[in-house]
This record gives sequence, C-alpha cells and structure tokens, in this order.
Amino acid sequence: MTEPLLSVRDLVVEFPTRRGTLRALDRVSFDIEEGEVLGMVGESGAGKSITGAAIIGLIEPPGRIAGGEIWLRGERIDTLPPERMRRIRGKRIGMVFQDPLTSLNPLFTVAEQIIETIRTHLDMGEREARERAIALLDQVGIPAARRRIDDYPHHFSGGMRQRVVIALALAAEPELVIADEPTTALDVSVQAQIIDVLKEMCASRGASVLLITHDMGVIAETADRVAVLYAGRMAEIGHVQGVIQNAEHPYTRGLMGSIPTLTQSADRLVQIPGAMPRLNAIPDGCAFNPRCPQVFNRCRVERPELLDRGNGRRVACWLYDEAGVSGPGETAGERTGSQDG
Amino acid sequence: MLAYILRRILQSVIVMLVVALVAFSLFRFVGDPVSTLVGQEVTIAERETLRDQLGLNDPFPMQFASFIARAAQADFGISYRLQQPVMELILARLPATLELALVSGLFAFFFGVTLGVYTALNRRGWTSSAIMTVSLIGVSLPTFLIGVLLIWVFAVELQWLPSFGRGEVVDLGWWRTGLLTPSGRASLVLPAITLGLYQLTLIMRLVRAEMLEVLRADYIKFARARGLSNRAVHFSHALKNTMVPVITITGLQLGSIIAFSIITETVFQWPGVGALFINSVRTVDVPVMAAYLMLIALIFVVINLIVDLLYFAIDPRLRIDRSAVRH
Ligand SMILES: Nc1ncnc2c1ncn2[C@@H]1O[C@H](COP(=O)(O)OP(=O)(O)OP(=O)(O)O)[C@@H](O)[C@H]1O
Ligand code: SF4
Ligand SMILES: [Mg+2]
Repeated sequence: MTEPLLSVRDLVVEFPTRRGTLRALDRVSFDIEEGEVLGMVGESGAGKSITGAAIIGLIEPPGRIAGGEIWLRGERIDTLPPERMRRIRGKRIGMVFQDPLTSLNPLFTVAEQIIETIRTHLDMGEREARERAIALLDQVGIPAARRRIDDYPHHFSGGMRQRVVIALALAAEPELVIADEPTTALDVSVQAQIIDVLKEMCASRGASVLLITHDMGVIAETADRVAVLYAGRMAEIGHVQGVIQNAEHPYTRGLMGSIPTLTQSADRLVQIPGAMPRLNAIPDGCAFNPRCPQVFNRCRVERPELLDRGNGRRVACWLYDEAGVSGPGETAGERTGSQDG
Repeated sequence: MLAYILRRILQSVIVMLVVALVAFSLFRFVGDPVSTLVGQEVTIAERETLRDQLGLNDPFPMQFASFIARAAQADFGISYRLQQPVMELILARLPATLELALVSGLFAFFFGVTLGVYTALNRRGWTSSAIMTVSLIGVSLPTFLIGVLLIWVFAVELQWLPSFGRGEVVDLGWWRTGLLTPSGRASLVLPAITLGLYQLTLIMRLVRAEMLEVLRADYIKFARARGLSNRAVHFSHALKNTMVPVITITGLQLGSIIAFSIITETVFQWPGVGALFINSVRTVDVPVMAAYLMLIALIFVVINLIVDLLYFAIDPRLRIDRSAVRH
C-alpha cells in the first residue's frame, strides 16, 4: 500500500483551564489517502473542528497538541516551527470554514483577498495572479467572474461567498482541503451545489478532502470513507457504504438511525438516549458506556482501542474483541486500509 | 449618497440653531448689555433710547433672527472688555489654538494607535501590562495636574523646554504660526503633550480593545488558514478593520481637544481662543462668550460631518449602491 497523504497518529489535544486540563482529543488516529474524501461525523463538541485545527496548526492557545503525531506525505508537521507551518497552510493544506458571511474580510475586495493568497504562496506577478484568480472564480461557478472579482464580499449572496471561500482555499493548489461544515450556515437550497463545487474542484486537482459535517446524507453521497468521533475519541472508521449499511459501533448505529430512508419507518429510527459527556466528566472505560444499549461490565473499566475488523473497518468497542483481552500494544502498526485508488 | 449628505447637513444646521439659541440667551440673561456699555451717570431715558437703537425692545423672535443673521456673517459685535470686533479677536487667536490642537491630536493618534496595536498583539507580555497600568494613571490624572507636573520636570528642573507662551511666531498673511521657528516648536511640546495625553490613552485603549475583538474574528482565522504572513494578518487585515471605528471616535476627539484646550491654554498661558474665553467669562464679556460657544459648536459639527464621510469612504459596506442587492 502506498503512503497515505495525511496520517494522524494518537493525536491528543488539551486545553488547560482553571479547573483542570480538558482533553478535547484523546488518541485519535486516522489516515487520508491520496485523492480521497474522508468524512468526519460526530455530535456537537465531539472534537471535529479541533481535529481540523490541529492538522492545519491553528489550535488556539492555551490549547495545545499534547501528544501524537501528524504526518503529511511522510513529513512530520505537528512539530514544525511556526514559520514553516505557515507556509504549509494555504499552500499544501487549504481550509474552508462554516460561515462564508464571516470568513471573508469585509473591507477587502474578493480580488485583493484571492490575489494576496496566490502571491503569498506562488511566485507570480500581480497581473498573472489576477488572471488565475478570475479563472478560479470561474471554476467555482461565479458568473461574470472578470467583472465580479472587484466587488466586496457583501455584494455576494451566502452561497456565492462560500464559492469564493472555496476558490480561496484552492488558490495555491493544496494537496488536502479541510472543510469544516462548509454548508451548515447556508440556505438549504444551495447546500448541495456547494458540496458539488467542493467535490468537483478537489477531484479535478486530485486533492484529498477532510469533510467535517453533521449531515450523514452529505457523507453518504460525497465521502469515500467515514470516521465517527465521540467525546474526542474515534468510535469507528471505514468505507462509507459499509458503515452505513452495517454500522458496528453501537454509537454509529444510533447515528445511522438518524438518516431517514425510504425503507425505514419513523418508529424504527434508533434513538440514543442521553447526551455526550462533558470533557471534564468522561466516564471510565468506554466513553459511550452510559448511553450504550449493549453495555457490559468490561466497558465501565477498560477503554476499548480501535480493533481491525477487516476490509478497512476499525471499531473501538468491546463487543468485537474476540480474544477478550486488550492491551496498549495493539495500537502498533495502525493503518486504516483503503482500497480506493 | 447625496441624500445622505444632505440629511447630515440639515442635522448640522439644526444643531447650530440650538446652540445659537443658547448663545443668544446669554445676552438676555447674563448681565444687562446696556449697563455694560454705558456709565453710571446716564439717565434712564437715555438708556431706554439706547435700548431701542440696539433693538433690545424688539420681540424675542425678531432679536433672535437678527442675531442669527449677524452670526451667519460672523458678526458677533464688539467685545465689552477689549472694545474690538469679537471676530477679529477670535481670528487672531484661532491659529494658536488650532496648531496646538492639531499637533496634540496627531501626537495622541500616532502614539495611541501604535501602543494600542502593540498591547493587543503582545497581550501577555509584561511591557503591555506596564503600558496599560501607566495609561490608567494617565486617564485618572486631571489635565492641569499633568501640565503642572510636566512644567515642573521639563521646564523648571531640567530646563529643557519653555513653560509658557508660544515662542517666536511667523506671520503668514492672517495666519500666525509657531511651527516655523525652533522656539515656537519647543514651546508647543509641553502643551501638546498635556492636551493630548488623555486622548492618547483613550485611543490606545480603544485600539487595543477593538483589535483584540478583530483578532478573534473568523476572517482573521481564515486569513491565517490561508497561510498569510503574520505581518499581513496583523497590519493589513486586522489593523484596517480596527481602524474603522477608531477613526470615527478619534476624529470626534479632535473636537473635544479644541474644547478642552481651555485648561491647557490657561496652564501654559497659550495665547489661543481658550484663554480668551476664560478671560471673557471672568469679565462677563458676553459677545466673546457667545461667539466662542458658536465657534466650538461649529467645529464639532464640521468634524462630525467630515468623520461621517470618511467612515463612508473606508467602509465599503456603507457605500450602498445598486450592486449591493445583486446576487
Ligand atoms: N478554547 C477552548 N477551550 C476549552 N475547550 C475548548 C476550546 N475549544 C474547544 N473546546 C472543547 O473541545 C471540544 C471539541 O470542540 P470542537 O469545536 O472540535 O467540536 P465539534 O465537534 O467541531 O462540534 P461542532 O459540531 O459543534 O462544531 C468541545 O467540547 C469544546 O468544549
Ligand atoms: S465498548 Fe461497551 S459501552 Fe462501549 S460501545 Fe462497545 S458495548 Fe457499548
Ligand atoms: Mg465544529
């Protein structure tokens, strides 16, 4: 198997607070393959945005990466000096945020913002960068890009602004794009278009995507694989179709129950009672155990690690531990298998 | 845009009319102009004729209208105390006040913005805490005390700078400037600092608070995520957004600087309109007082207007044109 584009290993992110240290991410591991779209789902507060911020090196102090490693195409990036990491941002990893209304600086024209991004990363003159910016806007579907480029952000509608944001994220041809709930703030009528634009732009460039979302429907249509996060820990990861049709982790099953399908009637929707624990009150053992319908004794004592279930599926749940024992040594040689080319 | 400007000008005119009413009331209620003009030996009948001649027996609205008509032509009558046309007195002293206000305004703006940006970007450093603490003292000390302290240190003890007057001045037509001579510039230093210090701390705190707010904004996070250099993020993106409200408030401060120059001019015996006003109050020289009031109001109103238009120029969101609604 070839080397993955991005490899996150046992990532731990902590926020020191007055009342002790909060662990927002606890030993999270996953890979993103070349050209792949990895969906990431989980309830609010599960740690999805923090994962994105950690990868791009923008965790806000006093938060910090307290453990683990992040590798981008064989280069370790979580320990790079700030200036070297800055040059990776935008150039090799692009980012799309949730709210296009606030992502763009209201006092600069779209042209100014795209051109400065291009010229920060690529050796280009003003005129050449401008042509490139117009071409980008054209590709993301801004009509009359050559004329509209000198407008200010407030001249564009929400959907159009998110297209501009996507153009900005891709301005320097990054290898990886992190899209953190790119459609949540948008009108329902344009959400699908924006996802399409994002998918199309990345696919045509061979860029991989980490697509963070609440929307399992979007994941089902867009992602190659999906990672499920719960209380800062990985619950399950695997190919989208496999996970949707046959979720193994009890939490994932609950989540899948929340996608309405034609064959499922409302009373068959699985409901998960309770709420995700706060970071300062994560129970011992499996973080999901207070809400789990299949909880048993071991779950309250020992924390389950990701177990390889074959065919690229990995699940952190004691139900699948046939050996009946687990140890810290099991994390060695972790690799999520992906057969996608 | 044009409608907006016209509306703002109309508002300004209304403000000026209200101030004119107050200034005019001074004549009616502070002292009796006739007894100020004539001696003790003049008979009551003669006083009555003078009253008629001066129009003081006309109905109130007529008197007010003629006051406005004269004020609009910058005619505020003759100073009781100096027996000279009020406007001449004020115009002769206006350059001194404006130079002082402008220099201290620039001083306050430059250092206020610099220190505000510095303390916002180095929030946790001890220099920032030191600057913030000192600035707190700066806000709480009264202006005259700062002036006296500066005089004591730099004029009396160190003898580096003059403590009063304007130094040598050069006549440029009707404008008499102290900026062209070394002694004129040296004389400006202490009063300018005294007058500007309060505004400096105000601007600094405003810039700091505003910048910290802006640095938390999504578009700053996105600018960082695009890999822009710290310099571009801080001094191009964050600073520009910070300056929008700061410019408005700073511009308005220029009006208060001119108004507050009364105290500084008194402490430093600065020959400006503020000192003229203080002397007029002491001698109940109503025409000068009224003219000063109107002048300060006019300056405030004009600055307000300019600042609003400036704001308009800086912030594209306010430039509501037809393209704003196209999607
Ligand atoms: N600056 C911070 N200080 C302390 N805790 C933080 C901070 N930022 C985030 N957290 C915590 O980290 C956890 C993960 O946050 P994150 O923003 O990654 O959630 P999320 O999965 O993106 O949720 P959402 O779907 O609401 O965006 C949350 O529980 C949050 O409370
Ligand atoms: S480990 Fe136990 S509690 Fe956790 S999900 Fe599996 S069965 Fe439920
Ligand atoms: Mg989030």
